[in-house]
Amino acid sequence: MNRKQAHSPDEKALLQAEALRKYFPVRRGFFQKTTGWIKAVDSIDLQIEKGKTLGLVGESGCGKSTVARMLLKLMEPDGGRIIYKDHDISLMYRKELKALRKEVQIIFQDPFGSLNPRMSAGQCIDEGLRVLGVGDRNRRKEKVRELLETVGLAGDSVDRYPHEFSGGQRQRIGIARALSVEPSLIICDEPVSALDVSIQAQILNLLKKLQDELGLSYLFISHDLNVVGYMSDRVAVMYLGHIMEYAPADILFEKPLHPYTIALLSSVPVPGEKTEIEPLAGDVPSPLDPPPGCKFQGRCPLVETRCRQEEIRFHSAGDGHQVRCWKV
Amino acid sequence: MENCEPLLSVEDLNIYFRSDDGIARAVNGISYEVKPAETVSIVGESGCGKTVSALSLLGLVPCPPGEIAGGKILFDGKNLVGCSEEEFRKIRGNRIAMVFQEPLTSLNPVFTIGDQISEAIEVHEDLPGDTLHTRSVQLLREVGIASPEERLKAYPHQLSGGQRQRVMIAMALSCRPDLLIADEPTTALDVTIQAQILNLLLSLQQSHSMAILYITHDLAVVSQVARRIYVMYSGIIMEQGETDRVFQSPRHPYTRGLLASLPSRLKRGIKLPSIPGMVPDPAHRPGGCPFHPRCRLVKTSCREAFPEMCDYGNGHLSRCPILYHETKGA
Repeated sequence: MNRKQAHSPDEKALLQAEALRKYFPVRRGFFQKTTGWIKAVDSIDLQIEKGKTLGLVGESGCGKSTVARMLLKLMEPDGGRIIYKDHDISLMYRKELKALRKEVQIIFQDPFGSLNPRMSAGQCIDEGLRVLGVGDRNRRKEKVRELLETVGLAGDSVDRYPHEFSGGQRQRIGIARALSVEPSLIICDEPVSALDVSIQAQILNLLKKLQDELGLSYLFISHDLNVVGYMSDRVAVMYLGHIMEYAPADILFEKPLHPYTIALLSSVPVPGEKTEIEPLAGDVPSPLDPPPGCKFQGRCPLVETRCRQEEIRFHSAGDGHQVRCWKV
Repeated sequence: MENCEPLLSVEDLNIYFRSDDGIARAVNGISYEVKPAETVSIVGESGCGKTVSALSLLGLVPCPPGEIAGGKILFDGKNLVGCSEEEFRKIRGNRIAMVFQEPLTSLNPVFTIGDQISEAIEVHEDLPGDTLHTRSVQLLREVGIASPEERLKAYPHQLSGGQRQRVMIAMALSCRPDLLIADEPTTALDVTIQAQILNLLLSLQQSHSMAILYITHDLAVVSQVARRIYVMYSGIIMEQGETDRVFQSPRHPYTRGLLASLPSRLKRGIKLPSIPGMVPDPAHRPGGCPFHPRCRLVKTSCREAFPEMCDYGNGHLSRCPILYHETKGA
């Protein structure tokens, strides 16, 4: 299959991942012999457009966070390419990589673990600027104040330490830190999962506002389909290292095609409604040496012999809707 | 079911924690009841006192620093406040059982599943070894664990999150409790597994006709499981009533705020109407109505007087006189 056709090439694409792959070896015994491979991410194509949000959903262990780490070059891919603004970042080292760090930033899930408890909020936000050599000390100080204001924290927060802030406020510090180097793309790895409902809405609003004002692109990773549906323009559904379905958000939620997406959407309880949920049987299987064929075969209600035999490819269902199931 | 005696009735319960910062009123005069075979949910954000109030039912509030400063917990007619540890031990696991949020930390990593289930039964019943084994197998089968005989020999780390939670439920059910307290049992699980566990709980409830007190922060899950809900904020109950009613016509600004702030794909492009500010620290709660600093409808009286419960009929109560007068006046 021609990959270029699979994801219609778009000039506006800010970041494009092609056939991205990451296998982790499983070592056993005294000599640490490799006995198998965990295929965390197996040949994934993604495209993030400028000023848009791509949602990445999936259950735990499906490889969402591994994708995020590879896009940030915090982890080397084992295969495939990542094109950022026409440059292949898999070939970048040292100096070039430093320039990339200014462009791509991340917001982490856990607002308690992702801030250094020994650094004040000001120092946390300033660190990136200092390392990348942006401006002199006074200029940076001013910038930190501006950033705190942008994310809705009081100016006197500069000298306070992470433990003095609530979860939502810490997440704001994390956002200010990501914004400090003026990136074009922010990877949001479950940014609101650890927050209370009333605070979650505040952070989502802030992220939306920043996107509108600064023209940011987001890769929004979450297991919460309601949050992804609210934030994303396009959504990719991951299962065991594969993308199962990829479509504009409205189409995906209204006309899901892949049996996994359908099961996932129907498992989400709706506030104020009591629905009969027909839950998907079984657990997510181990990614260690999965069987050949479709990764979802073990839990799929529509499974047939063919699913167990051949590698299932992406099919286009029109309107930029792609699905990895031959039955639809 | 409507008119029968409540199985559990909590009256004006106060739980305080003393620290150098002063007294934190974690639970500040709450009253609720659970009828036999009914599912009731307590909903609230972190720090609202929902878990502490549940722990008090089992005598598990650490004391000191915690202290039950007043009120009654009537379970099957008996007041549990002031019960001795020995008396609690007879109730705990036997008549009231609990399922916790983190299945991994709630199970002991160095014992097999079988050991832990048998232990839970042995505390309350004296059974010979083979009966104990059959009973454990039967319990695991009941909670939908495949090949239960082999699984009894497994250690917790060998099971997936969903299976561990099933084991926790099996342990909780081991003595056929009258009341099951489920404290965020699906929060750590994936959505597809969450759906499995919720269905399991509801089907077990019907087959065992036990009552469930479901504690959660997730409003979507609540509407799936509970017949009645209590919305807690800052140690007090703000609104209570039948789930459908509360969701359809919430009568408290806090409940309204929570429901409006839930994201969904249908709200894309619209700013979420979030509740400003944050949950107050239990040691420094504002006077009057604890929600007043975040409330859009705040009036002078809210800052001064503790709000009374206003009755909307059919068991729907809300602690906001401002909204009550508005609706009655209109």
